[in-house]
Amino acid sequence: MRYLPLTPEDRQDMLATIGAASVDDLFVDVPKEVQLDGPIRGLPMHAGEMAVEAYMKKLAKNNSAAGDMPFFLGAGAYRHHVPASVDHIIQRGEFLTAYTPYQPEIAQGTLQTLFEFQTQVARLFGVDVANASMYDGSTACWEAIVMARRITKRGKAILSSGLHPHYVSVAQTMARFTKDQLVDGAPTLDAATDGAALLDQIDDDTSCVVVQYPDILGRISDMSELAEKAHRHKALLIAVVTEPVALGAIKAPGDMGADIVVGEGQSLGVGLQFGGPYVGLFGCKQKYVRQMPGRLCGETVDAEGKRGFVLTLSTREQHIRREKATSNICTNSGLCALAFTAHMTLLGEKGLRDLAMLNHKKAVEAAGRLAKINGISLLNDSFFNEFTLVLDKDTRPIVRKLADQKILAGVSLGRLYPDANELAHGLVVAVTETTSDEDVEALATALEGELA
Amino acid sequence: MSMLTEGRPTKQEDNIITPDSDALKTHTGNRALMVDEPLIFETGSPDRSGVDLPEAPAVESRLGGLDRDEPISIPGLSEAEAVRHYTRLSRQNYAIDVGLFPLGSCTMKHNPRLNEKMARLKGFSDIHPLQPVDSVQGALETIYQLAEWLKKLTGMPAVAMSPKAGAHGELCGILAIRSALEARGDAREVILVPESAHGTNPATAAFAGYKVEDIPANAAGRVDLDALKARLGPDVAGVMITNPNTCGLFEPDMKAISDAVHEAGGLVYCDGANFNAIVGRVRPGDLGIDAMHINLHKTFSTPHGGGGPGSGPVVFSEALEPFAPLPFVEKTEEGHFHLVEEETAEDHHENSFGRMVAFHGQMGMFTRALTYMLSHGADGLKQVAEDAVLNANYVLRSLEDVLDAPFAESGPCMHEALFSDNGFANGLTTLDLAKGLIDEGYHPMTMYFPLVVHGAMLVEPTETESKAAIDQFIGALRSVAERAKAGDELLKSAPHFAPRRRLDETQAARKPILVWKEPEEYAEAAE
Repeated sequence: MRYLPLTPEDRQDMLATIGAASVDDLFVDVPKEVQLDGPIRGLPMHAGEMAVEAYMKKLAKNNSAAGDMPFFLGAGAYRHHVPASVDHIIQRGEFLTAYTPYQPEIAQGTLQTLFEFQTQVARLFGVDVANASMYDGSTACWEAIVMARRITKRGKAILSSGLHPHYVSVAQTMARFTKDQLVDGAPTLDAATDGAALLDQIDDDTSCVVVQYPDILGRISDMSELAEKAHRHKALLIAVVTEPVALGAIKAPGDMGADIVVGEGQSLGVGLQFGGPYVGLFGCKQKYVRQMPGRLCGETVDAEGKRGFVLTLSTREQHIRREKATSNICTNSGLCALAFTAHMTLLGEKGLRDLAMLNHKKAVEAAGRLAKINGISLLNDSFFNEFTLVLDKDTRPIVRKLADQKILAGVSLGRLYPDANELAHGLVVAVTETTSDEDVEALATALEGELA
Repeated sequence: MSMLTEGRPTKQEDNIITPDSDALKTHTGNRALMVDEPLIFETGSPDRSGVDLPEAPAVESRLGGLDRDEPISIPGLSEAEAVRHYTRLSRQNYAIDVGLFPLGSCTMKHNPRLNEKMARLKGFSDIHPLQPVDSVQGALETIYQLAEWLKKLTGMPAVAMSPKAGAHGELCGILAIRSALEARGDAREVILVPESAHGTNPATAAFAGYKVEDIPANAAGRVDLDALKARLGPDVAGVMITNPNTCGLFEPDMKAISDAVHEAGGLVYCDGANFNAIVGRVRPGDLGIDAMHINLHKTFSTPHGGGGPGSGPVVFSEALEPFAPLPFVEKTEEGHFHLVEEETAEDHHENSFGRMVAFHGQMGMFTRALTYMLSHGADGLKQVAEDAVLNANYVLRSLEDVLDAPFAESGPCMHEALFSDNGFANGLTTLDLAKGLIDEGYHPMTMYFPLVVHGAMLVEPTETESKAAIDQFIGALRSVAERAKAGDELLKSAPHFAPRRRLDETQAARKPILVWKEPEEYAEAAE
């Protein structure tokens, strides 16, 4: 077997050194009655590289790849062009196959990139500090709610109806067990966000208000007033960003008073990958840094006075603090964070701003074209690269039918909110730099066909 | 048998540490190929970019008046500069591609490149998690196939694929246990965690709202069965046990533990981080376990990538199956793959405890793990466990004359060998030995873990190391251990040959600097 280097002679030599007659003697602690006598039944025997490759290719071919057809899905995962050098960099064996940097003297490559990542994320979000990444945006969002509970010592979190429903689901799942109180609800098909309703709900029991920016319907709203009222009641404002490219064009949440900003970093460097692995972004104000979950990389010096980087403040972490740990995060998304950082470094501020405006203006054009179709109206007053179309019928069967015609239209709100019938008329459409005019025309023509 | 060189020093004189050489300074601070690479913030410019983009269409923007007008201050590099920057940084990393990586409980084995190639097929890498299910049948089949492998290998009837990492899998298992208990109207409050379990276990139980109580280890490094039995009662929801445990030992009483817990009305969680030691030889389902996560990255060789991504599917017993989280994949009789999520959850999934994560879990890791499983097959995976255990016992027996091995008398170890600092000269610690090993060209073993052993050192060679590579490592470790016993002061200042000398972790924690600031901001802060 090509990955196993021991020869039968090696095994015999080693058993002799150990003083065992056979490898079975090494498993004496495993009770005989549960030991298997041969290879597990019902599974194939080993296969060569060529055979495995052929099998996996067959599975891969049975999927409609986004790049092969007009594609408009977003809702928390976005298709962007990733420069070739990003994948080259993350495939460097010294990055790809390294472990968590517990031995900093021989892990400076990983550590320095994490320090760069933390700085980039903090600046993008407009906050003081950021950690070295989380599992993904949805789990980062729950961790932020837990962090707010720890800081405020209150258990009532108010979730905006514009928060991604899967993020809400994750919080609901967890809150059932932790006894946190959640205030949440589904959005209405309206251009106005729920800002006014949120303002009303903030009180002295509130730990935090959680607002997505832009929200699940693509709407953008100013969070300053929410931040002010939350702070007046000693609650925190948590902003959730699922499309970080947007922050090249619109104000940073931290600059509007957000105390904690979390996000999904998949848009930069990572790719769609059917939902994972992704990269959770997490930043906050300096005064909360010791309450922040996840890995942190910090600057220090070595014995010769040279600058170097180490994992730090790990006494918050679960492998050390056991039941007193601040979060469920053990690993981070190191390699995805590297991809994010490399893509961001290639863009730079100018590239990011240009990319953001390209996304936005292509989306404005597409929204204009699609809203002209009879039976379709555009919900949004404001949006970045994603907007909601309201159709005069359920969009679920339409999306499925268009997929059969090799057009991957947007995400039906009916799929995201199966319990809210009226939302099924909403179709969330994402446009990025990868969307061509022909793609938009193909979608428009297909929708015209469906609504005629 | 000739020694492999593999980049190791082969001449005796190369092994002599000469601290005088540190007096030799270079103008740049570099050491030949070892370069002091500046941060992007020190070399890049916000106006520079390594990406060429098309012109944006000339239309009015609709950003709701929230245009970002302040500078973001993110520097850019040209493509050439960026490739050089990250390549130079990569060379300051130790990795399994560089050499043997003996981190116990972390399992650093070879990462086959076929796995990488398969994960990058556009049919896997370029599909959206919310695409209509008919357009992603291959992806759903991949998840389904992997789930079938995990069920057969563990002898458990159900699996949740979505947990993002090992600790997240623990959380999934504990939530399922809690759901099952609540479903029978039995709100219990305590989870028992033996000392020999991973530190993540008590953290997980606490995060899910449980009280955590420790169960001591016995003198042989195993769960103290009597102490466990004595603590069981109507308030105990379950136990979280790591098997093989963190001392590298199999828990021979596992079945008795499960039976006792079940009898007391609780459920059994097993931390499957060390599944690589028993895969193909024992099925955890036969040990009475109700839930166990499997670190795909450890047992099935998906890369660690400097800390992650991980992937932690959880297998369930029949008792917990109805409570498994959404979403999951089902196969219809016609061979169609069906995604069970909020929109499609039918009556028989009403007990699911809900969603743990936005989408379907770590698809990119699933393709890698399935590729690895197909490559090894049922026969190869059994060989994996046997070679991993053989290599670890070989390390244990080859070094027990020079390093204290606290449980050597307890019999064979599993996939990792445990040593302690007992017998080191005064003032020299496990940390010093570890840093000395860096100068020998190796990543150190796991240090100070498990906590039940003073100055613990946990060595896991894994199955992908040759005998020659292990012999060379044993030689290096023996040499450093002898120096530690002899009181070699040079170990105190090791490493001498790494990209950095010993780093000051205390200073980093006392005044944390977590983001880069302009030098003048530092100066202002100091005033």
